[in-house]
Amino acid sequence: MSLHIAILALQGAFAEHRKMLESLGAEVFEIRQKKDLTLKCDALILPGGESTTQGKLLRELELFEPLKKRIADGLPVLATCAGTILLAKQLADDPVTHFATMPIVVRRNAYGRQLSSFYADSNFSGIDQNLPMPFIRAPQIVDYDAEVELLASVGQKPVAVRYGNQVAMTFHPEITGNPAIHRCFLEKTVIPARKS
Amino acid sequence: MSEIVRQQELNRSLAAMLKGGVIMDVTTPEQAVIAENAGACAVMALERIPADIRAAGGVSRMSDPAMIRTIQQAVTIPVMAKCRIGHFAEAQILEAIEIDYIDESEVLSPADDTYHIDKNQFKVPFVCGARDLGEALRRIAEGASMIRTKGEPGTGDIIQAVRHMRKMNAEIRRITSLAEDELYEAAKSLQVPFDLLKSVHDNGKLPVVNFAAGGVATPADAALMMQLGAEGVFVGSGIFKSGNPAKRAEAIVKAVTNYTDAAMIAELSCNLGEAMVGINADEIALIMEERGK
Repeated sequence: MSLHIAILALQGAFAEHRKMLESLGAEVFEIRQKKDLTLKCDALILPGGESTTQGKLLRELELFEPLKKRIADGLPVLATCAGTILLAKQLADDPVTHFATMPIVVRRNAYGRQLSSFYADSNFSGIDQNLPMPFIRAPQIVDYDAEVELLASVGQKPVAVRYGNQVAMTFHPEITGNPAIHRCFLEKTVIPARKS
Repeated sequence: MSEIVRQQELNRSLAAMLKGGVIMDVTTPEQAVIAENAGACAVMALERIPADIRAAGGVSRMSDPAMIRTIQQAVTIPVMAKCRIGHFAEAQILEAIEIDYIDESEVLSPADDTYHIDKNQFKVPFVCGARDLGEALRRIAEGASMIRTKGEPGTGDIIQAVRHMRKMNAEIRRITSLAEDELYEAAKSLQVPFDLLKSVHDNGKLPVVNFAAGGVATPADAALMMQLGAEGVFVGSGIFKSGNPAKRAEAIVKAVTNYTDAAMIAELSCNLGEAMVGINADEIALIMEERGK
């Protein structure tokens, strides 16, 4: 039976995640309003985009509390860039938080403006190849609790972490054409969570 | 991947992160904060919004960098700014103050009536207006990493944006239906590079993100453009020339996210106060969309 993956489609690069997951054989649907929450899903994708826009729409479209509860209850989540900001328990330089379900501290726009966006190549825990990692006005994980597992680093700085069923990264695997991270998420997080 | 190709990827990808969002024209840090709080995914910093540029007449130039900086300091979302068509020195200045995106815009007075900026020479990304597939692919060949319809700025009249979006999509559909050996002739008649046209033929879409711009004034206008295939919306004069900018801005943001839900857009459209007055696009003397082909 194929996996059913929900993508938060309020704003941002959700179509790229959809394409990648469909290429891996998953059934994908978008969450844009409350009625979309009635569909059953095995995992949630929090895409890149603007976290201020996404955070505001989450609340005003009454998606915030139900999604936060599901994530806290163990729904597998893959978060990229703005999605990682939504998951962070604390934001450096910003009193606002969103789901706050992951014990990490994240600094928004940590590398600077668009001129400081960059590509890196690095290893990712559990994947047997060097992966391209585009960072676009990226946030940075500046601190994390002991129970958070480090999945990838670039220049000594953490860029991908896992906490329970939540996998978060500050770069954009969905635009690289390499589905390794999405496949790894489906195989190592979503399928085991569905069985348990 | 070469440095240039990677930079191009990063710049096209920033545009991808703006998809499903609304980019709002702002003239002061206060307006920028209103826009960010309303859910804008980026702001366009400029001294005068298009409706006032139109009213003022004369030569319209890049904004004062000091004014742009105050807006960069006021918000955390990306900040864009406009330079004149062909005015690469203005673009260099905007790059020097680390603007996130440059709009080489027909709203300002063109500086060059033959050449656009060679945008491949810049690290900073550019968005350009286009009325049809030919203009879009020429701008992309020059290095634009995002396209928008030209519309007819500062009018509050949606007709030109609709015309440009429909024309672009009709041409893309036509190109996808061509046989490969017919693409050479199509590239010649559209006056565009073959490789870019081949990419449209193979993928059924532009190689970069395509937004709607020009004349968007209501949640219904935004929903119309999204249903016609826009990947996001620029709102220029439509917000801060209206009765209740904050409320209208929020309503347009939500309409873009749920652009097919008419019941929700009906609620969003209630009691928004006065819309911008608007002028008919065919009653004006200065046709900005004609600038830069």
